[in-house]
Amino acid sequence: MKSVTGKPSKFDAFVDKLKKESPIHIAKRMDAPKWLPWVVRVSAVIVAIFVCAIVCVGEGGSFGGFFTELFRASFSTGRRVVNLLQEIAILLLIALAVTPAFKMKFWNIGAEGQVLMGALMSVVCIKYLGTYVTNGSMSDGGLIFICLIAAIVGGAGWAVIPAIFKAKWNTNETLFTLMMNYIATGIVAFSIVAWVPAGSFTLGILPQGHLPNVGGYPYIINIIVVAILVVLVWVYLRFSKHGYEISVVGESVNTARYIGVSVPKVIIRTMLLSGMLCGVAGWLLVNGASFSITTETVGGRGFTAILVSWLGQFNPFAMVVVAFLVAFLTKGGSQLASTYNFGGSFPKIMTGIFFFIFIACEFFVNYKLKFNFEHLRKEKNQNECVADDVIDVQAEDDNKNNDATESNMDEEVTD
Amino acid sequence: MWIFLRKAVRLSAIYLYGATGEILTEKSGHLNLGTPGIMCMGAIGGCLGVRAYVGTLSSLAQMNGFAVVLIGIICAFLFGMLGGLIYSFLTVTLRCNQNVTGLTLTTFGAGLMSFVLSSIDQTGFSEASEYFRMGFVNGQDLDWFSTLFLNYGTLVYLAIAIAIIAAIVLKKTRTGLNLRAVGENPATADAAGISVGKYRYFATLTGAGIAGLGGLCYIMDSLLGTIDYEVEAFGWIAVALVIFSIWKPDLAIVGSLLFGILLNAADAMQILNKGLIKTLPYVVTVIVLVITSIINKRETQPPAALGTSYFREER
Repeated sequence: MKSVTGKPSKFDAFVDKLKKESPIHIAKRMDAPKWLPWVVRVSAVIVAIFVCAIVCVGEGGSFGGFFTELFRASFSTGRRVVNLLQEIAILLLIALAVTPAFKMKFWNIGAEGQVLMGALMSVVCIKYLGTYVTNGSMSDGGLIFICLIAAIVGGAGWAVIPAIFKAKWNTNETLFTLMMNYIATGIVAFSIVAWVPAGSFTLGILPQGHLPNVGGYPYIINIIVVAILVVLVWVYLRFSKHGYEISVVGESVNTARYIGVSVPKVIIRTMLLSGMLCGVAGWLLVNGASFSITTETVGGRGFTAILVSWLGQFNPFAMVVVAFLVAFLTKGGSQLASTYNFGGSFPKIMTGIFFFIFIACEFFVNYKLKFNFEHLRKEKNQNECVADDVIDVQAEDDNKNNDATESNMDEEVTD
Repeated sequence: MWIFLRKAVRLSAIYLYGATGEILTEKSGHLNLGTPGIMCMGAIGGCLGVRAYVGTLSSLAQMNGFAVVLIGIICAFLFGMLGGLIYSFLTVTLRCNQNVTGLTLTTFGAGLMSFVLSSIDQTGFSEASEYFRMGFVNGQDLDWFSTLFLNYGTLVYLAIAIAIIAAIVLKKTRTGLNLRAVGENPATADAAGISVGKYRYFATLTGAGIAGLGGLCYIMDSLLGTIDYEVEAFGWIAVALVIFSIWKPDLAIVGSLLFGILLNAADAMQILNKGLIKTLPYVVTVIVLVITSIINKRETQPPAALGTSYFREER
């Protein structure tokens, strides 16, 4: 763009400099076709898996071996499929739990602690009420139900504390919930040592409160519970009034106020729901999977679930796919680690690579790159023209078409 | 008593690095939850650097104390910066969500650390560690002044020096002013001609390098050259310390000492069940977070643009 007077002003020189510095221009995508995000994401997954394969080959594995082991880990036996589904179910449930809060732009990264508190409450119930089951004054089913209630209360209680402070004094929730994780871990560590004051300091498998196996396989009930909750959460977010209020608060707090939504109420209610779902996850981890508790019972799933929720665009069904990919890679990674002797942290590296690439691909979903090389070439031509004092016609031309189009280029060439 | 305080100071250096680095990053408006991962990366770098140096020696007796410390520090810094580069490329250039990127970096860094370091040859590490721990005065029976002030390794003094320098840079220099402007209101800073991207890259990379030194400090100073994978936990304490010190590196020095005392208290009081005492740093942090939000003074608040990526064309 040249000024009409002819001579390039200081401002023009500045603009020229800017243009020259960045031949690549980033612009927001406004009218992307619906299929495009999915093409980008699927390619990202493929790229990520191939990068993992290259890492594996670099460490002494083989390319074919990588894919065989990856699929064998999850699909070779019925038991392994169930294990995979269990991993997906727990991850998905925690992701579902954080989703309503995230939609509200409440960064609840305390799912780890909320699940752990749910699990702890469940263990407390088994620990102190288990004797009533053994002497027959309470049924096992009754105990499991009490555990569920206690776990929900535990998770919701842990989640609502930061929510109250956020609602009342706008305390930074990201940092608050993060700190609550480690306080929860400390409480669990304390409880375990209090229960097992000597020896191994590990709580063994508790005898009561086990969810029954179905068809000879464990975890089936966990999977069913989570499958139902996926649909329920989807309906809640999509069709209920609460779900609508959550979206409004997430989009703009001021808009929410104008239409008469009580923002503190929504924050506290949503976090209660978040915590309740986390509590259910804790309950499933104790009563449906490990029948015990350690500080590592949740094992970082609270953090991974945040990634699952975010990469699934807060859509429960998309989250199923992401959770599947993560669980699949984790299982495959452990299998590869034991086959090729990579050490137990290999799955972490694989999921790390997967997430990095998947996160980066979101950029190409939201933004597009415009390459300005043509523009640069044109600028160069123009500068030559300026030197020859032939300017005016082109300058006005340029003002009309700011974009570097092919036709514009042609005109210049003919000039 | 003096020994106890000395222990606390030694421990505090680890997360003082992490906290100083994180403060620089957060002042530029980026909440880097990858700090634990970056500290792990620093530990990897330091160990690989020391290992490479030991590999060039024909015998351990030839080890030059100055060289080994310098190589360790440089390598840890560079590896930390590498972690920071991944983070800032994703969040500054590609404008990805910061929480998500940071958490991934933490998982990745912790995984990479146990992956790389579980198979590393540790010959010469304990000798190198002795050089890292060499203070102005060394020996067994020291008076209280020497124990408390003169008997630390290089990395402890360096941690405090870096925190002081960071405080001065943030408070007194033009660079610091611009950096804070970018963190408070990037759009205004941009309009004033400050390059938001450049400052954010600069702050994140420098901060990550400093945080990386924390990992090195843990391995070479606290663990006497053996390898352990608890770095991640210290990383989270560093994040807590940032809040505790209300985003001021000079306060972080005091805060890190307090955290060190709290963390060591369980051992000193010989309490068997340490679970609850170990949560004290986090509890204290939560209390500070709540109090500062209730008081709601501008000086004690997080940088206003913390956690948001900046895109010039967005309104």
